[in-house]
Amino acid sequence: MSAPTLAERRGALGFCVYCWGAMACLMAVVWASFAYLSLDLARLFTRESAGYMLDFIARFFPPDLSAGFLRRIAQGTLETLAISAVGTLLAALAGLLLALPASGRLGPVFKAVTRFLLNFLRSVPELVWAALMVLAAGLGPFAGTLALALHTSGVLGRLFAESLENAPPEPARALVESGAAPALAFVYATLPLITPQLVAYSLYRWEMNIRMATVLGFVGAGGLGQMLYYELSLLHEPQACSVIAAMLALVVVVDAISAWVRRGQMRQGG
Amino acid sequence: MPRSTTQQALRDPDARARATWALAAVVLLWPLLLVAQFRPADLFDARNLKVIGGFLGQFFPPNLNGEFLGLALKATVETLAMATAGIALAMVLAAPLGLALSHSLSISRIGPGPGRALGEALRALTRLALLALRGIPEIVWALLLVRAFGLGPAAGVLAIAVTYGGMLGKVYSEILESGDTRPARVLLESGSGRLMAFFYGLLPGSAQELASYTVYRWECAVRASVIMGFVGAGGLGQLMDQSMKMLNGGEVSTILIIFLLLVLLADAISSAVRRTLA
Repeated sequence: MSAPTLAERRGALGFCVYCWGAMACLMAVVWASFAYLSLDLARLFTRESAGYMLDFIARFFPPDLSAGFLRRIAQGTLETLAISAVGTLLAALAGLLLALPASGRLGPVFKAVTRFLLNFLRSVPELVWAALMVLAAGLGPFAGTLALALHTSGVLGRLFAESLENAPPEPARALVESGAAPALAFVYATLPLITPQLVAYSLYRWEMNIRMATVLGFVGAGGLGQMLYYELSLLHEPQACSVIAAMLALVVVVDAISAWVRRGQMRQGG
Repeated sequence: MPRSTTQQALRDPDARARATWALAAVVLLWPLLLVAQFRPADLFDARNLKVIGGFLGQFFPPNLNGEFLGLALKATVETLAMATAGIALAMVLAAPLGLALSHSLSISRIGPGPGRALGEALRALTRLALLALRGIPEIVWALLLVRAFGLGPAAGVLAIAVTYGGMLGKVYSEILESGDTRPARVLLESGSGRLMAFFYGLLPGSAQELASYTVYRWECAVRASVIMGFVGAGGLGQLMDQSMKMLNGGEVSTILIIFLLLVLLADAISSAVRRTLA
């Protein structure tokens, strides 16, 4: 068996002019980014800065695990969960209301207008909504709830509108043709068909919103984030460490539950 | 009894179940509303109305003065550079972790032999480290790193590197396990090293998917780096935070418009690149 020629080796790795060009461009872009930000990575890895970092990390340990503070963390966690749950629920209701015109049931003009509104709601990030809502409703969890509701109704509205468009029209038509009012036909013939889908979408967004609600507090919108921001501002690192641990635990638990539910559904689905 | 039959026919057969569910929902919802301090009346409080009304009133027209636009443009480029540099560092972090985590490159799994327990322990440790990296939201990392490195984009870049390094590492290892792992296995069984088995056995098959996922994460990083400015990590977000604190509605609306355009641009770039890769 002879050794592979150079050409064969190149073929095996799939090298080509185009790939090399793309790679070079990519490298140039990355290099330009570092240069533009004047990031000096070498400086980060000197002994001095490493010592400084270790000092910084050491200040966070041991975390504050006193009963009083743990109770406050539990309260903050509960608040975070409440913000996400109420926000998602409001969003599901608003999303359904907006999905009706967005699915084209009220004519093309309404459809275009609501689609634009949904896109706008969705494109503005939760944290920006939260900063605005803090101005509109004052500091506290209510602002966070509204912020999540606004962003999520944009997301859910679009998903719900798609479900509505894809729902089979025959049952509702049967009811309307036998004399039922259109609203009743919708409630009894269309809604039950898409309810499982709507619930699944809402639960999925709830999961994401729990994660989001932990950080909305950075702009003053309540929950664990507000606690963390507050403790860090006062240079209470051990307390901040406990709050971060609580955030991590919340995210991990929610992740595990959602994975478990999904596995269960998959098994059910066959 | 003709009357009662019609009445029965008109009754909603599902009424009792619906009522029970509605009642249960209300009972569950009530404490949640209390905890979330759900008070819609706050929105119509005279003082709040004045603040937000004045602020939103300034949104039109957006501030298009040349000096401010220059600042905003600089911040936009900074945001893009933060996302790009952050993802580049994240890849540097994720590649070795992903390789360590991937079962398809495990020599000890081929058969019983020494080092199996050690390998598994190392893998479990890596998995845990990745979980902590990506489990803590990027903006929390940014908040912490701003304290360590001062205000500015360095904290943002490192926050993206850490969080997305965790995400990429996990997904890289999953991609390496989900593809055709037989070439790598054959190489390993005939005595090649792990790195060579990766380069010749796994990478050719999964390079596209790896690159495509990385580009998708770059798109997410652009969005994230805008947000991270709110804790002082540079870019558009920091500019927006300053304008918001000064209640300058015109500036905020300009930044919002730029932000929406930036997200559209990142979306377009990412889907174009991924289409070429596919």
